[in-house]
Amino acid sequence: MNKLLVWYGELTTRQNLTKRGLVFLGAGMLWLMVFLVLPGLVLIVVSFATRGTYGQLEWNFTIENYQRLAGFSLFGWTADYIIIVLRSVWVAFVTTAISVILSYPLAFFICARPERTRYLWLTLVIIPFWTNMVIRTYAWFLILAPEMPFAKLASYIGLIPAGSPLYPNAFAVYLGMVSMFLPFVALPLYSSVERLDWSLVEAAQDLYASKVRVFTQAILPQTLPGLSVGVILTFVPAMGMFVVPDLLGGAKYMLVGNLIQQQFGSSRDWPFGAAISMGLMVLTMISLQLYRRRSKDIEYI
Amino acid sequence: MRRSHPLITATAMFTVGFLYLPLVAVAVFSVNATRYGLVWRGFTLDWYIKLIHNEFILEAAANTLVLAVVSTVIATILGTVLAIGMDRFPWNRKTNTVLDLVLHIPVVIPDIILAAALVVAFGLLRLASSQFEPGLLNMIIGHITFQISFVALVVRSRLVSIGRDVEEAARDLFAGTSYLLWRITLPLLLPGIVAGAMLAFTLSLDDFVISFFTAGPESVTLPLYIFAAVRRGVTPQIHALSTLVVLITVVMIIGMERLTRK
Repeated sequence: MNKLLVWYGELTTRQNLTKRGLVFLGAGMLWLMVFLVLPGLVLIVVSFATRGTYGQLEWNFTIENYQRLAGFSLFGWTADYIIIVLRSVWVAFVTTAISVILSYPLAFFICARPERTRYLWLTLVIIPFWTNMVIRTYAWFLILAPEMPFAKLASYIGLIPAGSPLYPNAFAVYLGMVSMFLPFVALPLYSSVERLDWSLVEAAQDLYASKVRVFTQAILPQTLPGLSVGVILTFVPAMGMFVVPDLLGGAKYMLVGNLIQQQFGSSRDWPFGAAISMGLMVLTMISLQLYRRRSKDIEYI
Repeated sequence: MRRSHPLITATAMFTVGFLYLPLVAVAVFSVNATRYGLVWRGFTLDWYIKLIHNEFILEAAANTLVLAVVSTVIATILGTVLAIGMDRFPWNRKTNTVLDLVLHIPVVIPDIILAAALVVAFGLLRLASSQFEPGLLNMIIGHITFQISFVALVVRSRLVSIGRDVEEAARDLFAGTSYLLWRITLPLLLPGIVAGAMLAFTLSLDDFVISFFTAGPESVTLPLYIFAAVRRGVTPQIHALSTLVVLITVVMIIGMERLTRK
């Protein structure tokens, strides 16, 4: 342990380096321990506690909260919470799928621009990426308002009563979600498409590959690093999304995020809220695990 | 340069339109003279002028700025030191894995889980001290917690890319530990630190979820104000406020790009 070693051109001992290194790690790691790891552990513990009459915590340990999440209650079994959880996964999946489908043409289009205007187009995608999500979500209120052609068309076909807006409903949630997350797929995908080796695409075309095969065998494997970053950046936060379903879905289309918020807000049922958060955490872990197995080499943007 | 298929161009145009249609609508209705409804009644800047006289909005803007500045300064210092500590010392593989895992938690988990954990933690801390009532202090702590990770990751990637040669050369020329840190490592790292700080600042300004869960009645930020207002019903004044926020975002993005691309 106390052997001399040369580290960075400095003659020192391992013990010495460890001491100095801990000074550097100290403050930051202490912060993350106190305000990230510890609260996480407390959340796990609280998920096994119960709610008192006035919303206070009572420390008698049960798995009641998890049973409730699974639908079991005094009055028998209901699928209500399970439906909300499954719906969240489904919404996240559809959002990711549509974002990917729309991002490919966008990435190829931007790459095909001449050098001068390419950064302009890229900036056009970066701006929504950084624009506040509350603003980007409520902005759909205006587009879906009864005075606008979209709502008029829908009421003309008979989908909604005349004079009512096109929200809150499932359609509005999907609209909001896709517009929220599309840049999260498009930007990493662009960085992969930009480095695409076109000679492989041309080779595939020269060998009479069909359009589908050119995509799946020459383009897809090359863009996989960017695509997988985009998919994970979309799928995981989309499952926990709370602003979009709250504003555009209302009570008609609740997701897990709303359910958690409800427990910490109006219901004041922290143990149940903690249990739902744990459920969401498990879903996050599963999707990260699946993703890690599918793509060995990930790159950060 | 390659030409893209007309169908690709059309889809791309549709997508860009889809991203901007809502934002353009907000901007258009922020200069519309009607108070209610969405009928065009002529151009006006009244709503912008009224903003300046709305003390709630001014207070929310001040809160947003204080929160972003304080949390960014603290997170940048902690994150930078943490990154140096992680990259420049010979930790064994196990320690590295654990450090890496902890650092990535705030980046990968949905922010609502972090928010829930913080609510519960602050709730328990309140039993010990009334300092932890929902409010600005809690929000600052919450923001620092996710900002540290982003700063540390950006600074660490800069540490990796500048390599170790310069520092080794300095050591060979008998530079002491503190001289090495202040005169060699930190100056080389500066672009990374600035990039990390700007990322942290933008994340704080933009954050809604963590703030929503940790805020008190006295510490409303602009995103929280807009959220509360649109749930009561949209007004041209909110459109004006949102348009300003979007414009500030655009200016910041262009500024960032200028700074990092030179």
